[in-house]
Amino acid sequence: MALGPVFTGYRDDEVMKFSAPITIALSKGRIFKDTLPLLARAGIEPAEDADKTRKLILDTNHENVKLVLIRATDVPTYVQWGAADFGVTGKDILQEHGGEGLYEPLDLGIARCQMWVAGFPGADLTPRRLRVATKYVRAAREFFGARGQQVEIIKLYGSMELAPIVGLADIIVDLVESGNTLKANGLVPLEYMHDISSRLVVNKASWKMKHPDCSALVEHMREAVEAN
Amino acid sequence: MRSKSWLLPDGIDELLPDQAAELESLRRHLLDMYASWGYRLVIPPFIEYLESLLTGTGKDLEHQTFQLTDQLSGRQLGIRADITPQAARIDAHQLQQQGPTRLCYIGSVLRTRPDGFSSSRSPLQIGAELYGHAGVASDAEVLCLMMETLRMAGLEQLFLDLGHVGIFRNLAAQAGLQPEQESELFEALQRKAQPEIAELVSGYGLPLRQAQMLNALADLNGGPEVLEQAREELDGASSEVMAAIDYLEELGAELAACIPDVPVHYDLAELRAYRYQTGVVFAAFVPGQGNEVARGGRYDQIGEKFGRARPATGFSADLKALMMLGKRARGELPGAVLAPASRDPDLQARVRELRASGRVVVQELPGKPADYSEAGITERLERAGQEWVLTPVQDGESS
Repeated sequence: MALGPVFTGYRDDEVMKFSAPITIALSKGRIFKDTLPLLARAGIEPAEDADKTRKLILDTNHENVKLVLIRATDVPTYVQWGAADFGVTGKDILQEHGGEGLYEPLDLGIARCQMWVAGFPGADLTPRRLRVATKYVRAAREFFGARGQQVEIIKLYGSMELAPIVGLADIIVDLVESGNTLKANGLVPLEYMHDISSRLVVNKASWKMKHPDCSALVEHMREAVEAN
Repeated sequence: MRSKSWLLPDGIDELLPDQAAELESLRRHLLDMYASWGYRLVIPPFIEYLESLLTGTGKDLEHQTFQLTDQLSGRQLGIRADITPQAARIDAHQLQQQGPTRLCYIGSVLRTRPDGFSSSRSPLQIGAELYGHAGVASDAEVLCLMMETLRMAGLEQLFLDLGHVGIFRNLAAQAGLQPEQESELFEALQRKAQPEIAELVSGYGLPLRQAQMLNALADLNGGPEVLEQAREELDGASSEVMAAIDYLEELGAELAACIPDVPVHYDLAELRAYRYQTGVVFAAFVPGQGNEVARGGRYDQIGEKFGRARPATGFSADLKALMMLGKRARGELPGAVLAPASRDPDLQARVRELRASGRVVVQELPGKPADYSEAGITERLERAGQEWVLTPVQDGESS
């Protein structure tokens, strides 16, 4: 029995039937919350509230469909190795992963933010060997590499804003949503890099072997995204 | 010495007796089967001059190849990362036959980095190549041989994926894309990243129809109905594109005859190993495996780079991966026989006779009692009057 809110917005002919078992990898929090309405469009609802359970595998109203709850950075890995057929993950994470073994057919348009170069106001960005602190090593290397600028990248796992303050780095590369954390630490966004939003990723083999189910699910979610 | 130093590097593995026996048995069965199809075994070298190893292939293979300097000639050597180009070299330069040539091979390859194929860096590559025929018939033959290989290895619920690199190549050429544009679009197509594809294509400033066709590619995958859909969506593309679609349809019809029970999935944006493949490309999948278990395709240009244009098609797989994934019925083999440590000529004659009949006979070593279960011993030879007879041993007993 479904314990979550029952979605009744779809017509009977839109309700999907899954002939093959499908596993969808999601991360708790914002992505989970924003993905639920899109899944509901395909008639998939979790049988339990993710925020109230400690279970890592959630049943849904479809016998064949399961949700697995993992860390956002692990989503591409689970899907790449076929441990999950689908996953929802940020473009930032996909870019760091490399996207090997995955299809990313759909931009879900959720969990939107931007990737920026940030630092002290008026920081000197003229080409010299800048030290860049970031969690997004690939994105930073590609961004500076594309304009032929040699930089030294310092990989951090969090609180990047601290790095320029304590002299660990000249600038940082980070996700910016409101800019409040930067501001609170005396930093400003210096250069826009690109937009980030969450993507639906699919395992390549699943896409081929369970094609009718997989493509129908993608189409239903595409409709939901376009309706948003 | 610290125990850490006995560990193998990442992606390098070895097989212990049980697995090695299983792999060897599979290897023999497969090579015998290839021979029965007319594919003759070649054994190319593990290492050769880098330039001949990489002729006609792309940057990807170069990055995958371990390189070192030859102390004798001062030239660069490469440890092969793929045997296919070696087989093509053999066909072009060593054999130089006029008619169709069928070759098969098995050997270890080394890769600098694990690729999607398997997480191993030292796969045992097994494969077959057919040279000298351009057309559906040779692609179908190689594909059927690939499926037979997988079936023999005990893989079930096989699934086949077919594509054709000519479709993307010709669309890109028709649109007049620069090489960098082609390769960034290729990369996005491999991920079916539709938002990115749309963004890239719109940035090229192409005529509407060209842009629509490039955008349509990522969606052209599914059952046989996709080919009909492709004819509509790619209407207006060059005749080569239409010919490629016809080719896939014809191949599908041939396959329905030789492997009717294997579902075929068409994917016109799948460009696996596109850097040296020139025509149809294919891969086999099994449930629960995120990556393909075998792959191949047509590569008509490598021979040309070797100075002898020969159409070519073939497939390869990692035998170690096939062995791990396959479920084969293992016949119960009789256990080993223990012979006492004795120089008795009658005993020696009996041992020879048993070994010739296919039994495993281990001779006891003086002062070292055999552990029956460890050595798989189920019977021992004992003297009964004039003769040496087989007597079953008890479980848990030792000599």
